[in-house]
Amino acid sequence: MSEIKLMKGNEAIAEAAILAGCDAYFGYPITPQSEVIEYLMVERPEDRTGMIVLQAESEIAAIHMVYGAAGAGKKVMTSSSSPGISLKQEGISYIAAAELPCLIVNVVRGGPGLGTIQPSQADYFQSTKGGGHGDYRLIVLAPASVQEMADFVEDSFKLAFKYRTPVMILSDGVIGQMMEKVIMPEQMPRLTDDEILERYGDWANTGKTKLRERNIITSLNLDSNVQEAHNIKLQAKYSQIEENEVRYEAINCNDAEYIIVAYGSSARVAQKSMAMARAKGIKVGIFRLISLFPFPKKEINALADRVKGFLAVEMSAGQMIEDVRLAVNGKVPAEHYGRYGGVIHSPEEVLASLENKIIGG
Amino acid sequence: MDIKDIIKPENLVYKRTELMTDKALSYCPGCGHGTAHNITMEVIEEMGIWEDTIGVAPVGCSVLAYEFMNIDMTQAAHGRAPAVATGIKRVWPDKFVFTYQGDGDLAAIGGNETIHACNRGENIVIIFINNGIYGMTGGQMAPTTLPGMKSSTSPYGRDISTMGHPLKMTELVAQLPGTYFVTRQAVHTPNAVRKAKKAIRKAFEIQKEKKGLAFIEIVSNCNSGWKMEPVDSNNWMVDNMFPYFPLGDIKVNGELVK
Repeated sequence: MSEIKLMKGNEAIAEAAILAGCDAYFGYPITPQSEVIEYLMVERPEDRTGMIVLQAESEIAAIHMVYGAAGAGKKVMTSSSSPGISLKQEGISYIAAAELPCLIVNVVRGGPGLGTIQPSQADYFQSTKGGGHGDYRLIVLAPASVQEMADFVEDSFKLAFKYRTPVMILSDGVIGQMMEKVIMPEQMPRLTDDEILERYGDWANTGKTKLRERNIITSLNLDSNVQEAHNIKLQAKYSQIEENEVRYEAINCNDAEYIIVAYGSSARVAQKSMAMARAKGIKVGIFRLISLFPFPKKEINALADRVKGFLAVEMSAGQMIEDVRLAVNGKVPAEHYGRYGGVIHSPEEVLASLENKIIGG
Repeated sequence: MDIKDIIKPENLVYKRTELMTDKALSYCPGCGHGTAHNITMEVIEEMGIWEDTIGVAPVGCSVLAYEFMNIDMTQAAHGRAPAVATGIKRVWPDKFVFTYQGDGDLAAIGGNETIHACNRGENIVIIFINNGIYGMTGGQMAPTTLPGMKSSTSPYGRDISTMGHPLKMTELVAQLPGTYFVTRQAVHTPNAVRKAKKAIRKAFEIQKEKKGLAFIEIVSNCNSGWKMEPVDSNNWMVDNMFPYFPLGDIKVNGELVK
């Protein structure tokens, strides 16, 4: 077993990428996630595993470097924070359309616009509903600890290659910047060129040999019927993901009368609110989302049959609440609470909101 | 004498490269793209590197280059081909990687990607077709549209006081230390085609030797966008484009040509 280390969330992502056998990282500095590329540059992964690290001229260039390298069959990633992720949306749409695997990390800060460098969860819509143009989805995983920042890297790559689709780790400034103890996974070797040819040679740009037809990485279908067929194929893939890849943590939900639905930092704050509520005799549970897409619709819908109400707690003006309400489907009240624009709600504020909006309401 | 008596295998001087597919080109008759495609593929075939070559297609008239070039290719978003090629080359440093881009793609929307790929000295080949207009979208003004030249978005001629000057991207990237070979060619005459092909060969040889970025501009006509007959468009190109975009080597062996 590896030793216990004390690391920032951003550093944990970077180290976990090296350990996951990632082939290349392309990125551009932006607060509060610059430690990802800084850590990689200090660590010289090219000497450790052969992993390439390149600081691009922009977030746009970085995501298109990811597109190129992913299309060439390699395990590649980028990271950024909200304004930078907005810039990447063009490339993300192309990557989803061309069905390429990659990892994108968003350490969310407050917006809109240049906003603030303080933490936020206001990129939920952008991450889970598409973000770029066209009908596509990302698999979105939300870590709530530095340990999960590390653990989700390898998970994300596995999902990305299983479904040949981009996966996003949606973190926030709190999880990115805070230091916690973390146990790193063992080093996985990078795939050899021969392994890449064997596994991905049927679709990746690795050079056309006499043994196969040329591989083309494209998202262009000028014939609208062909484009529709491609869209139907993508939708079938997303349905399969919704069927197989839902992830969540139900904390004290068995006897709960009220459920706080939260992810990331908000789920951490909610733990304290839950403890305070239970001390007062209010049976509160937390339904912590791990996969934001796929969203645990069925699970929340089933919970709605036996609880009195839901409070969706998120550092936004109310984004995840829309999916919670769709899942609850009117069975019981479902309300939103959250501070936003870079402000983090306190456990007391969350509990007060639960008492006012759900229990008293 | 029947044509079959004339066209015998032993009489053939040129043959079609196997690296061009059988698909009919989508380019207008008279356009230089087909020739530029052909000589690029001929070079790759003659060097015997097609199994290790990955091309990057742009957005523009040559967006479908991957339909005609019988090698592995990635179609890039508008202007991003140099970044896409960077990503491929960095993870497969021993493969041959090239981009094939038009003027709007390379010099306008992709200006930043072009400059930075050149400045990093990415070990790739960039083939840049400059016809001074947006052909694919129907004849709008390009960054390389000449002063006074009419297009659908400069219907009274390009007014440099409000629309800016034609951008000499090739001269610009020649100033960057990362470029090793920068040249401007054309494909309107057999002699020009031979020279352009030689330049493309040189560019791929430079990539083979890992010496840096090789950048080849090909000044081309756009008879439909310029609303001319093919021959007239070539004559107009010689009289008007070449004075502004003079042919010849701009940087050789990493040194600017005096």
